[in-house]
Amino acid sequence: MMKFRFRRQGNDPQREKIKQELFAFNKTVEHGFPHQPCALAFDPQLQLMAIGTKSGAIKIYGSPGVEFTGLHRDAAAVAQIHFLQGQGRLLSLLDDNTLHLWELGGASRDRGGAKSEGVVYLEEKRNYSLLGRPGLESCSASRVTVLLLLSSCDLLCVGTEGGGIHFLDLPRLSLRDNQSLLLDQVIIPEDYRCGKSLGPVESLQEHPKQPGKILIGYSRGLVVLWDLSTRNAEHMFLGKQQLESLVWERSGSSFVSSHSDGGYSVWAVASGNTYTHQPVSSSIPYVVLYSGGMPRASYGDRHCVTIQQDKQHVTLDFTSRVIDFFTVHTTDPEHDYDDPKALVVLLEEELVVIDLLTTGWPSVPPPYLAPLHSSAITTSCHLDNVPAKLWDRLAAAGNSQGAQPGSWPICGGKNLAPPPRQQELLLTGHEDGTVRFWNVSAVAMTPLYKLSTANVFHTDCDPNDDPLDPTNDPEALQEEEWPPFRKVGCFDPYSDDPRLGIQKISLCKYSCRLVVAGTAGQVIVLGLSDEWSDHTVDVSTVDLLQDREGFTWKGHDRLEPRASTAPFPPGFQPLVLVQALPPASVTSVMLHAEWNLVAFGTSHGFGLFDYHRRTAVLARCTLHPNDSLAMEGPLSRVKSLKKSLRQSFRRIRKSRVSGKKRPIPTPTSKIQEANAALADQEEVAPVQRRIEPRSADDSLSGVVRCLCFADTYLRDGTHHGPTLWAGTNSGSVYAYALEVPGVGSGRGRPGGEGSGCVEAVLGKEIQLMHRAPVVSVCVLDGRGKPLPEPYQASLDLATAPDMTNPHSVLIASEEQLKVFSLPKVGAKTKFKLTAHEGCRVRRVAMVTVCSTAQEDYSETSLVCLTNLGDLHLFNVPALRPQVRYDCIRKEDISGIASCVFTRNGQGFYLISPSEYQRFSLSAKVITEPLCTVELERPLETHIRSLLHTNTSGDTHSSLLETHTLLAVPGGDYNRTWPRSPTPLEGYLQPPTYHPETRPSIAHKDLRHDTTQGAGANPDRKITSVTQPTQVTHPSQGRYESAPVSQ
Amino acid sequence: MVQSTGVQRAKMSRHQRTPLKNTNNVVEVKSKFEAEYRRFALKKSGTGGFQEFYRLLQTVHRIPSVEVLLGYADIYGDLLPINNDDNFYKALSSANPLLRIIIQKRDVDEPVVFATNSLQRRKKGLAGLRPAQQKTKPGLMIGHPQDFRQISSIIDVDILPETHRRVRLHKHGTHKPLGFYIRDGVSVRVTPQGVEKVPGVFISRLVRGGLAESTGLLGVNDEILEVNGIDVDSKSLDQVTDMMVANSHNLIVTVKPANQRNNVVLRGSKVSVGGNSSSGSIGSTISHDLAPSPASQSVSHYSNSNSVAEGDSDEDGDIIIESDILPYLPDHCVSNGNGSHREFPLSSSLGQRPLPQSIFLPSSGSLSDSKASLNSLTTPTHNGSPTKTSSSQESMREDGNIITM
Repeated sequence: MMKFRFRRQGNDPQREKIKQELFAFNKTVEHGFPHQPCALAFDPQLQLMAIGTKSGAIKIYGSPGVEFTGLHRDAAAVAQIHFLQGQGRLLSLLDDNTLHLWELGGASRDRGGAKSEGVVYLEEKRNYSLLGRPGLESCSASRVTVLLLLSSCDLLCVGTEGGGIHFLDLPRLSLRDNQSLLLDQVIIPEDYRCGKSLGPVESLQEHPKQPGKILIGYSRGLVVLWDLSTRNAEHMFLGKQQLESLVWERSGSSFVSSHSDGGYSVWAVASGNTYTHQPVSSSIPYVVLYSGGMPRASYGDRHCVTIQQDKQHVTLDFTSRVIDFFTVHTTDPEHDYDDPKALVVLLEEELVVIDLLTTGWPSVPPPYLAPLHSSAITTSCHLDNVPAKLWDRLAAAGNSQGAQPGSWPICGGKNLAPPPRQQELLLTGHEDGTVRFWNVSAVAMTPLYKLSTANVFHTDCDPNDDPLDPTNDPEALQEEEWPPFRKVGCFDPYSDDPRLGIQKISLCKYSCRLVVAGTAGQVIVLGLSDEWSDHTVDVSTVDLLQDREGFTWKGHDRLEPRASTAPFPPGFQPLVLVQALPPASVTSVMLHAEWNLVAFGTSHGFGLFDYHRRTAVLARCTLHPNDSLAMEGPLSRVKSLKKSLRQSFRRIRKSRVSGKKRPIPTPTSKIQEANAALADQEEVAPVQRRIEPRSADDSLSGVVRCLCFADTYLRDGTHHGPTLWAGTNSGSVYAYALEVPGVGSGRGRPGGEGSGCVEAVLGKEIQLMHRAPVVSVCVLDGRGKPLPEPYQASLDLATAPDMTNPHSVLIASEEQLKVFSLPKVGAKTKFKLTAHEGCRVRRVAMVTVCSTAQEDYSETSLVCLTNLGDLHLFNVPALRPQVRYDCIRKEDISGIASCVFTRNGQGFYLISPSEYQRFSLSAKVITEPLCTVELERPLETHIRSLLHTNTSGDTHSSLLETHTLLAVPGGDYNRTWPRSPTPLEGYLQPPTYHPETRPSIAHKDLRHDTTQGAGANPDRKITSVTQPTQVTHPSQGRYESAPVSQ
Repeated sequence: MVQSTGVQRAKMSRHQRTPLKNTNNVVEVKSKFEAEYRRFALKKSGTGGFQEFYRLLQTVHRIPSVEVLLGYADIYGDLLPINNDDNFYKALSSANPLLRIIIQKRDVDEPVVFATNSLQRRKKGLAGLRPAQQKTKPGLMIGHPQDFRQISSIIDVDILPETHRRVRLHKHGTHKPLGFYIRDGVSVRVTPQGVEKVPGVFISRLVRGGLAESTGLLGVNDEILEVNGIDVDSKSLDQVTDMMVANSHNLIVTVKPANQRNNVVLRGSKVSVGGNSSSGSIGSTISHDLAPSPASQSVSHYSNSNSVAEGDSDEDGDIIIESDILPYLPDHCVSNGNGSHREFPLSSSLGQRPLPQSIFLPSSGSLSDSKASLNSLTTPTHNGSPTKTSSSQESMREDGNIITM
């Protein structure tokens, strides 16, 4: 009894202080590509790009390492983002019709004991919600359709669906009373009126030369040049086509309007003439950029952006929907031309940047915003302290794949983060059989190298024709096709063969040996090579069932190894292929490069393979005789026959019951119906949980969950030697003593030739009484520290393990953590996590956390992630709880399953299919953005010290930049706007022809006519960037949400 | 020391209430084996131990090779076992003046039952009592899973509110399923602010023939308040499920029974027991009440000390098989985890007092005769002591969990 009193936790102030110096939980960076982006903006002055997402997040990116994130309080989709150029402020319009003003604020943050000066982050300052005029405008009429920020950045014009325009002062976001311009204040000629409303405001554009004037485009086609100071319509352009967008020419002498029929018109702005009825026509020698615009019949399902300049014409063919795009161009107002440098296209699943200066318009690999999910991530693996040798060779291999970072056009802000102390590598295994190597040393997660394992096997697709490869020759346009399509981007969610999927990865960073294991029981050992190689891969099979009778595998076949030799590019090249039989998915793999051994486990058992001698050392079946489910692979359809039968019976019963209950629908039975529905709800049996201990014959009890190599004492306390440990789903741990030639006796180099082969002898079997799945096995040395990795001891890279004091083994099951003594296995300490907290262990890792106070003080802890998404830290080997943090929502099962820890106390988990959240448990090691942006903000307050004020003061006000959308849903008459009950007038009218600009318009059926025969998906649009006038585009959220008022 | 008289006829000494030579130092013994009676006298002082007595009886009855169990009738008419020195002396001292010994053949098929009122029933005819058996092995009489397996107990009655019940389910050694389901529900709590509805976890179903049902201590709609000493407030259904499964080998649930009437009866019976009966067993019951029972102490460890290693009783029974010679192991030895053979070393060290108390109730006419209710009613009155036995078993088990091949 007294023992317990003394072991009480938590009241020692000294210990509490040490804990504070060691542990701190922070979510630091989000790596990857934002999930469901829906708005894009660019500040050419600060060179910052902003992306808004459907969940209400705003992310700002500049040069690599410069990142800011803000999250709206309401999780409404971001419809539009507009930068207040140069001020470090931006406006966001949400789906719920609210406007928000964000600021890059600066303050010094205290992190890790060191003050980081000048760190800037994003915060919301104000918000504003536009109210309808009481009694006059319905809510939908006050819905914001378009925003215009005057270039002076002090006035915001808000166009609404009701046709009204409101003016808001910036940055206070206050409405200018009585200045709103409503539809009835626009006097238009009687003959144009036709008794119809002008419709919503479709476009607002500021005059490029005369700041007080704006161009207002109404949906019906009317365009008004409005003078803000005199509140007077200076000029009216009586367009008759349904208007989509407007754009000024840079000189201000003409503008271009785009229309719903897929055409665009050029209007001359001549002074003195109040009304213009007809557009002028002109041929434009400009660069023209537009998205959509494809002939619907043939290419309606493609996501395209077309670049045209003179004879050059490229249609970029993307794999996901185009959200928005902009160009990076000069901001110098003296320039006659925009001189666009790069085209940045935001797609639903990735960001593509096209270099417009280089001939052929090649794409630039982004240094961040990588689409992690180009094929779904199936596993991940982290390596810290990567030796420079491996790093350089990987980078070289990656460069030969075309991953060399080009000149990144978005370069705003300054990264203040110190250079990483060490190189860190994150490996992700994907469903299509690729392994991607990411540089995660710093804030920007950059692709380093990509390995494909598909070419080891004989598959349907030719391995040389890799459509995922972003290094397509830019000139390789498909000549036979018109328009000249070019596949761009690497998002490709389709897997040719699900069996190729990568399940487990193990990499030895010292010997550059890699093992990847996949869904069809394949275990591939690879070595790093700098040259092309043409060799055959040795194939070997290991039967894990061995003598077990009565089991027939009903799952998928094994993959067929490639018969012929294949050229393998520089990088990791396969050496040996081991195939487990039956070909169930590999559930665990471990490499010990020093002993030339690889251990792998499936749901049936585990095997040990000597890849140096190419022989199987051991195969052990772990199946329980009653386990029948194990024979039906993960892809099997019969898997849950029993379950599905049960479910369908339940469904039938349910439907019968509900059918009986349904009352006859009489007018008076409304209330009864409601009551019945209520009663139904109460009668529904609540969720029940069965309380039963695990039994030995639970299904899938033989799944091998973890494997571990260790040089330790298994047989007796005097001789240590190589051991292999394997833990299964049913709480069994098998420990084998290995006889590795050259190891143990003379410490010779591994794989001593001629000295015989590796042997494995079963030393111990441990059956945990509670039978919970074994999540991890780790051997601790005499000091209670985990044993070093292979080679670390022999190469003197780590402190040698303590071999004099008795070792112990830490076995973590889903329910408890337990330390046993070695070689006599006796329980030393344990912690029953599930019994205490009701949570179950999902992931376990040993981390070494350094203190912030003392440079050389560190502690090794066991970190454990539970099914509730919280992190528990325990000291080792006493297993006393240290701290607990909430990390992941417990509903986020994929997030919990994807979590991976680093050895220095950081971790990653997927917050969406395409984004890793990085977090840190260490108070000392934190990887987070530290960056600054030079701002020029008129009303700035608290970061004055940071401002490097531009001497010219108000250059931004003289910038001649306009933002316009030329959005043209084309002439697809079958698919009209989803929100329009009747076909639109504009659709039914024959298109107006402008032969000069669209010479082939007469041949409507020709595929050439991209602008005319446009794919009229309502989400398509055409944006033109002309050289004199840069044109971007409001986001298409606006476009979709604008019903047409008739 | 021992005199034996070979009396062969039955029913001789019924009315010999005042024997002649019983003055102080001689105990009159009447032993019965099957249909045969033997009468003899024993010197009170200087008698040997239990073993000697056992052999004596074997000789007297001429059953030298038959394994038997010994029982005696105490002053309250209860049949109590004699299986070690301590209870042998106790039996001698309780002779008043006659010591009635019942010898039963040790029968594997029929478990022995020593219980309250057993003799009363026996008096009405032997049908009421299973052929009471005797034990040969010392110290294995009571609480031995083979003979008398405890499947549940009510513990900590003294420290819990009347409306709550802390039930311990012993899963080990049985093949019965634990057999219950839990669900989410709404619980009504009385707070200073008034009546308040809070989410709670309830027993939703008992599996027929399961352990939970067979105890009669848990019922549908009982609210679960604690699992092994840990409050389930603010825990989700899945968490509670996991906690219960994790503790399933030694599950202690604190419930608020939906049917509160049984509570009153239980306490009432206990009070009446304390009130009207006399003698040593009652006294010890009271002493248990005053001092927190070992179980409640161990329960409180769960809640206040997080890193528990040795103290908790269950499932240190991880089985470790060391095979340094065999390349492969047969699978069979892996799974017999709950083997009952570990109690063999259990000896008289278990102590005499707790054992009989844990089994016997002071007689009280209101108790029913059915065996099932015997179980359920016997256990609650002796809070603490059953747990003591089982926890000592656990400690045995911890010692014996390594099997070397």
